[in-house]
Amino acid sequence: MPAVSKGDGMRGLAVFISDIRNCKSKEAEIKRINKELANIRSKFKGDKALDGYSKKKYVCKLLFIFLLGHDIDFGHMEAVNLLSSNKYTEKQIGYLFISVLVNSNSELIRLINNAIKNDLSSRNPTFMCLALHCIANVGSREMAEAFASEIPRILVAGDTMDSVKQSAALCLLRLYKTSPDLVLMGEWTSRVVHLLNDQHMGVVTAAISLITCLSQKNPDEFKTCVSLAVSRLSRIVSSASTDLQDYTYYFVPAPWLSCKLLRLLQCYPPPEDGAVKGRLVECLETILNKAQEPPKSKKVQHSNAKNAILFEAISLIIHYDSEPNLLVRACNQLGQFLQHRETNLRYLALESMCTLASSEFSHEAVKTHIETVINALKTERDVSVRQRAADLLYAMCDRSNAKQIVAEMLSYLETADYSIREEMVLKVAILAEKYAVDYSWYVDTILNLIRIAGDYVSEEVWYRVIQIVINRDDVQGYAAKTVFEALQAPACHENMVKVGGYILGEFGNLIAGDPRSSPLVQFNLLHSKFHLCSVPTRALLLSAYIKFINLFPETKATIQEVLRCDSQIRNSDVELQQRAVEYLKLSSIASTDVLATVLEEMPPFPERESSILAKLKKKKGPGAVSVTELEDNKREGGELNGGGDRGPDTASTPSPSADLLGIRSAAPVGPAPAGAGSLLVDVFSEAGPAAPSTRRHFYRFVCKNNGVLFENQLLQIGIKSEYRQNLGRMYLFYGNKTSVQFASFMFCVVALLDTWLQLNVQTKQVEPLVEGGAQIQQVLNIECLTDFSDFFQPTEMASNDFFQRWKQLSQPQQEAQKIFKANHSMDTEVLKAKLLGLGTALLDNVDPNPENFVCAGVIQTKSQQVGCLLRLEPNAQAQMYRLTLRCSKDSVSKRLCELLAQQF
Amino acid sequence: MMRFLLLFSRQGKLRLQKWFTPISEREKKKIIRDMTNMVLARQPRSCNFLDWKDLKIIYKRYASLYFCLAIENQENELLALEIIHRYVELLDKYFGNVCELDIIFNFEKAYFILDEFIIGGEVQETSKQIVNRSIEASDMLQEDDSSEWYEVELFG
Repeated sequence: MPAVSKGDGMRGLAVFISDIRNCKSKEAEIKRINKELANIRSKFKGDKALDGYSKKKYVCKLLFIFLLGHDIDFGHMEAVNLLSSNKYTEKQIGYLFISVLVNSNSELIRLINNAIKNDLSSRNPTFMCLALHCIANVGSREMAEAFASEIPRILVAGDTMDSVKQSAALCLLRLYKTSPDLVLMGEWTSRVVHLLNDQHMGVVTAAISLITCLSQKNPDEFKTCVSLAVSRLSRIVSSASTDLQDYTYYFVPAPWLSCKLLRLLQCYPPPEDGAVKGRLVECLETILNKAQEPPKSKKVQHSNAKNAILFEAISLIIHYDSEPNLLVRACNQLGQFLQHRETNLRYLALESMCTLASSEFSHEAVKTHIETVINALKTERDVSVRQRAADLLYAMCDRSNAKQIVAEMLSYLETADYSIREEMVLKVAILAEKYAVDYSWYVDTILNLIRIAGDYVSEEVWYRVIQIVINRDDVQGYAAKTVFEALQAPACHENMVKVGGYILGEFGNLIAGDPRSSPLVQFNLLHSKFHLCSVPTRALLLSAYIKFINLFPETKATIQEVLRCDSQIRNSDVELQQRAVEYLKLSSIASTDVLATVLEEMPPFPERESSILAKLKKKKGPGAVSVTELEDNKREGGELNGGGDRGPDTASTPSPSADLLGIRSAAPVGPAPAGAGSLLVDVFSEAGPAAPSTRRHFYRFVCKNNGVLFENQLLQIGIKSEYRQNLGRMYLFYGNKTSVQFASFMFCVVALLDTWLQLNVQTKQVEPLVEGGAQIQQVLNIECLTDFSDFFQPTEMASNDFFQRWKQLSQPQQEAQKIFKANHSMDTEVLKAKLLGLGTALLDNVDPNPENFVCAGVIQTKSQQVGCLLRLEPNAQAQMYRLTLRCSKDSVSKRLCELLAQQF
Repeated sequence: MMRFLLLFSRQGKLRLQKWFTPISEREKKKIIRDMTNMVLARQPRSCNFLDWKDLKIIYKRYASLYFCLAIENQENELLALEIIHRYVELLDKYFGNVCELDIIFNFEKAYFILDEFIIGGEVQETSKQIVNRSIEASDMLQEDDSSEWYEVELFG
């Protein structure tokens, strides 16, 4: 019998727990548990009614078993029974069980809610608190529906006990978070705000959490809380450490409440009222002053509580971003913490300084700590602290210190933890690009990056260096020379080979004058890496070789020989084989002029937002970098890529459009109109609701494979499609009808899994830029999973075959028929063209009436083929049609019939 | 707000779990595994804060037990450490020199104390006296109950 057991002590429970603890193996434990479960089950099912104590004990055992990680599928009813016990401990265990093992069984929820209702109206504060705790713990929608209107009443009622008020406030907050629509503060708003004035500090502490959450959602309705919060804060801050009795925590007056008040104020801009603002600034100054006073206790709890308030005050100062004096003081304070012996404080100071670095008032002050931060990056033992130091270096970087910071980050990369390398690489790449004054430094940095952490250099990074080298002719020679040198290393990273191959293929001629890097030396160097590389890199190298033939005719024979060897032109990889064969052929038959044209130097890449930045943003999640990015933008003028205006984040996705071919585009009109900024234009908005009109256009393509899908003043979308069996390819053409460039052109094809659009669509991404007046093309590959009419294959058959099959499909659900009025011309040729356009075979001499049309076809889908027979009987006099369809699959007839009826 | 509080031993045995938002049992098991692995792997004298997904993990070791509290990103880390400390103080006051065994054998009490201190992931009452008083008051109710029960036992 264990000695430890307090209160009422359920002996059976203690014995059971110690049995479990004595189990030598997992198996033994499971055996003991199963024995206990069987015992409890028999007790619950037994004829003898259990007394409350036994019920409580067994429910508690079940809870214990559940918390050990085993499933519990009974006992809920007994727990609910305990709720209505008038013995506190039984009720308490019942509520605990319900809170831990909520069951969405609706019958049970109803019973639980009944018990809660009784306890809430019991006027017994202990019972009321238990019920409120349960609501807060479960916090389900059903509970919100049942109690959301009752709890505000309890919260503000004059005769409610303080402890109940506290529970009610936080319970309401929980419900507001799950079901904000059900919690209507309306008439209660002002009384809830005035809880900030409550005499009982506990009530204020609980209520302020609720008020903060409500203020975030409805700032205007709750704005009177600002002045109340300031005066409350002021009273706490100026109080002596003993004034607040038990709310003083290790000599710090009300740290929880102070922090929450400061947090609430961060929901609002600085107070407009001068007196309120003055009082608040005074509070913030006092808090900063107190940080300099000697500690009243050596206990860590004292300094934690005190610094918690300080950090919260600094957050508020940063949030206001309007008091240069306070910002600089905050920065100095954090500077002290950077060298504090407490790791926690160093961590928090680094974190907090990151946000401070983005304020124009304190950016310079933050920069003065650069040496300390670099030192932290080098010497901190804890990786999470080093990570913060790296973040801060990134945030404080500007043109003045970029070289130093990038160098430090690069050297840190050599030993950095694997978990943070990729992010570090991205950051170095971004800083190097953003603050490059001379491009040779930029090229050096990126090549170093590849050398040190090649595995972590993503495509975006090496694409980017190539784009920049191609766009900047002053750096091309240097780049060629540097990659050439880098490639000399016996073991160099594959990413280096890629960059090297590309750059030498374009600009190898710039260093060919030096005999040490003559064309053949360059080629041999590249080719020495060839066999160790992956297929994509080899493909890139092959392209570099053909470019060499153009750059240096003297290498032609050598390269042709390489291309001609079996390992190239018979390579098992199709891509490599194709390149080898085509390049070989091209080099043999094309004249020098043609070769020079085909293999001309790459044209400059269109200027756009660095894809690396987009990647970092995506990696860090929204918000994480954006603040500093935005601020950096504000602070720094010309960037490497010229354009001061950055396009919107290309990683963001447009909200999914509602309709079938929901092609939606966020097209900021490029930098053309002077200083227009990134103006977001939704090209569809002018055409009114785009979706229905697109749908209307869509029906045109039932019998047609190409045409204009959408058009307005800005954009034209054309479509061309071809289908073979269950596969289809659709070309979409986007024409920019304006004279300015569309930047960050994006669109998404949303194929709804509608009853009839059951497709597997693969899109190939298009360039995000569309020049004025230009058109770009996008290819969609479509696979038909179920039936879809464009995947018709014509079937030719003779008259008797047709009728035989027609009869085979005679079940009523296989046939669909419709008689309808003609919507379009009834001209025979037009009708023929439409039916052929549908993809079916038009069968002559089948129908005895020559006016009628008979067609046959097969719809190919991934899993099956659906045979379809069609008969269209025009009645020119009545301007009516009768359309009959028989298909081997029921739903298809009906669907096709509806679809086609709109076509004639 | 706080999202969850886990208490586990140095061997990674879970002693108490409190979830302040609804989470599936499967997800809970995964989080518990992640937390024990992450926290137990930390070097001594490291800082008490960890980034984990979009949350901050604040942990502290008291004797053989690790207390691991997940808070939302904008919450105050130092104060979260003191929430843990205050909870330890409350347990200590109640059990008198609390140890891991007290929490194992009286897990329901540990939950009740926590409920008096925190509701729905927010601090309800920071005064040690007030929390203790209400726990003692309910214990008084319990003592009454159990004496009643002993009578039943005697006569039944």
